[in-house]
Amino acid sequence: MSDTAPAPRRFRSSGRYSALRLLREALTGHRGWTPAWRKAEPRKQYQVVIIGGGGHGLATAYYLANHFGITDVAVLEKGPIGLGNVGRNTTIIRSTYYTPENIRFYDFSLKLWEGLEQELNFNAMVSQRGVVYTYHTDGQRDVMTGRANDMRLAGADCIELDRAALKNLIPPISLDNHRFPVMGAFMQPRGGTVRHDAVAWGYARAASEAGVDIIEHCEVTGLRQAGGRVTGVETTRGFIGADTVCLAVAGHSSHLAAMAGIRLPIESHALQAFVSESIKPFLDVVLMFGAGHFYISQSDKGGMVFGGGIDAHNTYAQRGTQWIAQEVAAEGVALLPELANLRILRQWGGIMDMTMDGTPIIGRLPLDGLVMNGGWCYGGFKAIPAGGYTTAHLIARGESHPLTTHMDVGRFAEGRTFDEPGIGPFPWMH
Amino acid sequence: MLRIPCPHCGTRDEVEFRYKGDASVRRPAADADLAQFAAYVYERSNPKGWHLEWWFHSAGCRQMLQLWRHTVSHEIHAVGTAQERLPTPPGVTRSASGGAAST
Repeated sequence: MSDTAPAPRRFRSSGRYSALRLLREALTGHRGWTPAWRKAEPRKQYQVVIIGGGGHGLATAYYLANHFGITDVAVLEKGPIGLGNVGRNTTIIRSTYYTPENIRFYDFSLKLWEGLEQELNFNAMVSQRGVVYTYHTDGQRDVMTGRANDMRLAGADCIELDRAALKNLIPPISLDNHRFPVMGAFMQPRGGTVRHDAVAWGYARAASEAGVDIIEHCEVTGLRQAGGRVTGVETTRGFIGADTVCLAVAGHSSHLAAMAGIRLPIESHALQAFVSESIKPFLDVVLMFGAGHFYISQSDKGGMVFGGGIDAHNTYAQRGTQWIAQEVAAEGVALLPELANLRILRQWGGIMDMTMDGTPIIGRLPLDGLVMNGGWCYGGFKAIPAGGYTTAHLIARGESHPLTTHMDVGRFAEGRTFDEPGIGPFPWMH
Repeated sequence: MLRIPCPHCGTRDEVEFRYKGDASVRRPAADADLAQFAAYVYERSNPKGWHLEWWFHSAGCRQMLQLWRHTVSHEIHAVGTAQERLPTPPGVTRSASGGAAST
């Protein structure tokens, strides 16, 4: 059964976290805690080298070691782990997609999120507070109804909320804003948020316990090949041989693939996110504005975390343009007018792999031994568990997991694109 | 915010323009094979460096412009009309097909 989450496999660790352990450490001055993962030195050869110590790279390593029996694995990260996109997103998880294939994939991810903390023995603060989408026109209601039906057919959850139920659920919402009055909403109750840093740390700790080498400050500068096959990677810490090399560097996939002479159907764009000063409990769901591109939730520290659309032009700069920030603020105030009283504390940008059809890429590249996990557009964070699991399946079994057969890179040339947003090969129009 | 020096209107804010993508791709000949057309429609060099791109001055002269822009620093090296052949930035070579390769 490909659609059911695999049974969690327990791993034994000398540093296992529990309430009893916390109590014992509290009584002994907290001297028993050890680092959560090993700072490994690179060896000369591995069975699998994963480039990128973000969510997908670390999750792939974890599932390879714990579910597919391959522990001879290194994860290479150019800086410290967890400082790329896994720590730069707005932490939302959901499976509200349009194509049935993508709904099944993202719902598999949601099932893995639901068991993740027990499986990793790490508190990732998975909070299924519900994700709410407003609609503002009859046409939008019809499209969202179709999506809700597709989701329910695929085994995911989605309910409709009328205006009264929406106001009851979210008292500060402005239903009658002059330009885009809210007609109603759809909600996925199982959606929510996760503490993103803890996802990187939890997977790193569990992978390291299983024998994976996590090598930080090791930047890949080239891909070595011989006889049409990848043989390893050149890095700032020397050559590292590998039978299989996996790219998990979303944002920079084109840059890495170019080292093997491969051009990808991807453009890199910046997506901004914002966090306000901390306030008392104000919003206990994830709220998305259907009349524009705006989404918001409240962190456990009290800050309002929100974002909008991507910057139109290609960029690798981790910052955003001001007019997008202004648009995001305008949409936020239209939906929740009281936001106008808040000051924004921080603003930042992350670099997205925007594929030409809005669907990610998990599959083999046209060089033997080279596989890729990328092209996540702006949906990478929520996909981490499923992306890691299915990429590990591809590496270990040599064939795509049944949930990701539509994500191969060959789909573009063969006319099998999965146009999730329905706008064609124009990433700047998202 | 980018400030784009339009050859017709002078330097204007980015908000007056619409980005229209990679200007280095060239349509293959009519008898080219499917792989070449697939590459033309979908594949991009997506350089971390100098990028030749289209911008439409939608709130100005309403002309399509070409731009060499750096995708990390956002520096603009050259701007011109759609017909012009722009001076390439340092370190960039142009292939026979018109596509740019950044180093």
